[in-house]
Amino acid sequence: MAGSKAKPRSSDTEIIQTTSWSAGPGCHGTCGVLAHVKNGKLTKIEGDPDHPFNQGRLCARCLAMTQYVYHPDRLTRPLKRIGERGEGKWQEISWEEAFDWIEKRMDRIRKDYGPESVIFSMGTGRDISPWLCMLAYAYGSPNVVFALSGNACYSPRIAAVETVLGDYCVPDAAQWLEKRYDDPKYRLPKCIIIWGYNIPNTCPDNIFGHWFIDLMKRGTEIVCIDPRMTWFSSRAKHWLRLRPGTDGALAMGFLNAIINESVFDREFVEKWTNAPFLIRTDSGKLLRESDIRTDGKPENFIVWDSSKKEPVVWESNRAAYRPGTCKPALHGNHTIVLKDGEKVVCKTVWDGFCEEVNKYPLDRVSEITGIPKKKIHAAAHFFAECKPSSIHWGLPIDSTPGITPTAQAITALWCLTGNLEVPGGNIIARNAFECVSYALPGAEGVIKLASKEADQKRISTDKYGPFRKFIWRAQTDTVLDQIFTEKPYPIKAIWMQTGNLIAGIGFEPKKWVEALKKLDFIAAVDLFMTPTTQLADIVLPAASFLEKDGVRSWWVPLQTINKAISVEGCKPDVEINFELARRFDPNLRWKSVEELFDNILQKSGMSFKELQKKKWALPPEGNPSAPYRRHEKGLLRKDGRPGFETPSGKVELYSSLREEWGLEPLPHYEEPPFTPVSRPDLAKEYPLILSTGRRSFAYFNAEHRMIPWLRELDPNPIVEIHPDTAKSLNVGDGEWVWVENWLGRQRFKAKLTLAVLPQMVMAAHGWWFPEEEGAEPSLFGAWKSNINQLIPMGSQGKDGLGAPIKNLLCKVYKV
Amino acid sequence: MIKKKPKYGLLIDYEYCTGCHTCELACAQEYKHQPGVRGIKVFEVEQKLPNGSAYLTYFPFPTEVCILCPHLTKKGLEPACVKHCMAACMKYGRIEDLAVEIKKPRMVLWSGKQ
Ligand code: SF4
Ligand code: SF4
Ligand code: SF4
Repeated sequence: MAGSKAKPRSSDTEIIQTTSWSAGPGCHGTCGVLAHVKNGKLTKIEGDPDHPFNQGRLCARCLAMTQYVYHPDRLTRPLKRIGERGEGKWQEISWEEAFDWIEKRMDRIRKDYGPESVIFSMGTGRDISPWLCMLAYAYGSPNVVFALSGNACYSPRIAAVETVLGDYCVPDAAQWLEKRYDDPKYRLPKCIIIWGYNIPNTCPDNIFGHWFIDLMKRGTEIVCIDPRMTWFSSRAKHWLRLRPGTDGALAMGFLNAIINESVFDREFVEKWTNAPFLIRTDSGKLLRESDIRTDGKPENFIVWDSSKKEPVVWESNRAAYRPGTCKPALHGNHTIVLKDGEKVVCKTVWDGFCEEVNKYPLDRVSEITGIPKKKIHAAAHFFAECKPSSIHWGLPIDSTPGITPTAQAITALWCLTGNLEVPGGNIIARNAFECVSYALPGAEGVIKLASKEADQKRISTDKYGPFRKFIWRAQTDTVLDQIFTEKPYPIKAIWMQTGNLIAGIGFEPKKWVEALKKLDFIAAVDLFMTPTTQLADIVLPAASFLEKDGVRSWWVPLQTINKAISVEGCKPDVEINFELARRFDPNLRWKSVEELFDNILQKSGMSFKELQKKKWALPPEGNPSAPYRRHEKGLLRKDGRPGFETPSGKVELYSSLREEWGLEPLPHYEEPPFTPVSRPDLAKEYPLILSTGRRSFAYFNAEHRMIPWLRELDPNPIVEIHPDTAKSLNVGDGEWVWVENWLGRQRFKAKLTLAVLPQMVMAAHGWWFPEEEGAEPSLFGAWKSNINQLIPMGSQGKDGLGAPIKNLLCKVYKV
Repeated sequence: MIKKKPKYGLLIDYEYCTGCHTCELACAQEYKHQPGVRGIKVFEVEQKLPNGSAYLTYFPFPTEVCILCPHLTKKGLEPACVKHCMAACMKYGRIEDLAVEIKKPRMVLWSGKQ
């Protein structure tokens, strides 16, 4: 049990300090909590006032934990299917029998079809993902899947920012500093752009939503970019109410206003970005040293020295010019002699970037987004002129196949305004102390496949650059296709761990049901029976965060999850997976779970037990995982030189990786595939914009519908409709309506609200009804109000990322 | 009918209330309330401003059931809802003391039954 026990408040109650990450609240956050335990039972849970992340606060989901852990529907025994799949007939078996049976079945499949024929699938990222990877890799399969179309949650944004600057960024809310906002090193952001994020609901992406409220109380002003009215939009200095899916155009418009009116940081652009690099006007590609010299290296780039009037080489691996000094030109056409004596006219990246940006004058941006030009101009200037400023963005950025060019534009915004790595700006976020348990895009941890060769069969790495370079998952839409086509190899089994494919994460869920039924073997791990586990051959009962030990290193702080209670029969994900990993790989690197934790924590210099005693730790200044201005200090690159971890060592406004992948290297706007603009034909029949995915304060995605205290707060699947629109549809508040498009129709309860634009509706996601019949065809009512039935699979972007989740089309009418 | 003059209350800075419903759950947990019973309930008010823009306000409304957590306050601890409030927008104290803290618009001082 935990080493970190607080003083008991009454003699028979023990108070155990732990971390909230994982099943329970379900979020991505890392609140410190105090579990009150009496006779081995949880009696109460509170926020830990001494914890720097939440400072004593806690959300509704976490405060409902007593109803969660002792819920009568909790799975507490391994269940083996005895009827047909989906029939709901189960037999309780022991853990030993369960492990033996799974081992036997999966060993057979591995022998007959190879380890890659088994998919390991998860839901949202938390203290399950690393253990899922451990199991997959021990088995030998590279095919770990986050089952959302276009992997469209967070990973695309991380990969996109890494494409530009080699690392990921988050806004600075002083989370690296123990004294937080009061630390003298910190500066209050004067402006924060909250871009498509109602973050007080559920703290996604490891940011405590209410930090922004703390900052606002201290004087931070908000620019809110959101089609929906939110708490932020109402209190924002500027609210830009854009048409869903047009974020990319707005970002280009911001760049336009900022660059053309010179309110950007020219010194940063010259010194730290690849703006001076030359682009050949004949091929449109970057000029490389290998173009001009026979012994030149292709990874080196060329700039024009404006004082010496000659080309100079930028050596990427040293992140320096050869020779040392150079005054690179930002503008102009320059004629360069190639190695074969031919001459080619080159322009600078900066000129190319500005040309692209100039395709988005504010009139055009206003027309695309629906926001008055004046408002865009005022907000862009406010953001650029406030120092420091930062940007915090949400899922809508991932919710379009044009995610990467959109995210490139937004990343350029915080870089060009001089807000990168400055106190109160956008800060490079790395795992605390560079200890990695859950390898988000770009990160490398101790949990790895045995060899690089084993990774070559990972589905879609042949098709999509970001999946080769940053993202260690299989591309979801390609996986679903491959289950049906069996090409290039058949998929035979799936291991699904705490992710609700049918009611939560899978689009066109009936296709997923069909896909699942095609497989030879399905194992599921969860805390409750769901529409998804209902289709499995075996279901294993997992533990909530209160019932397990774990480690957490996602940004900061580094901390442990400490077991406070046990629920008889349930096992922590890490223990389930460790037992099977040990069986599948007799040479598994770790002898025990604790040894695994110690290994993950190695770079911190602490063992699991030591960190547990300390409760949490923040990386000290000088550590590569602690801000500020690391690019200047040589803390980002492995070779210790100033610069960034990109191919060129510069912030790549023009992405050399995208060029290599055959994709547009510059940021731009792509109209999503199913909007009134891109599909006026469909819009005739389906005139309303369909958005989904907005967060509920009561639930995390598809979870929590069975918790009475929470269900009471948000009892029905809601579709938000503007009162004027509702009037024209003859729909009253609280009436049930069909939301329909070419993929199907589902029932929602109308909420008439000014929250949405008149031309859109917002439907709640993740709905199923634990109180209804579990067996097929009902599957706990999964086919009644499941908005995913109206979202297509297979609309990912050219790089495999993004999906049209908030910018589809539908019609609405009374039931 | 004259009732005893209340001494304690809650000062609510509802400008910052985000509608997270934590206060409701904190109360429900503290008193193991049945669903439906709450010491505090959060209301959502949306309105159209004269400039045409939509505006959202939340207001946490202490109900008949609220007893201001004497078992906690006697020990010098905060009421459960106040302690957990995600926006830290509620304060418990003597009404006179709280009254002098009203230094900004959009605050409400609520007198309890103590
Ligand atoms: S949702 Fe936020 S408040 Fe709740 S446990 Fe997660 S991080 Fe903490
Ligand atoms: S003060 Fe106590 S009793 Fe009153 S609402 Fe808050 S938690 Fe409930
Ligand atoms: S906990 Fe605080 S912010 Fe949340 S609803 Fe209650 S009063 Fe509002």
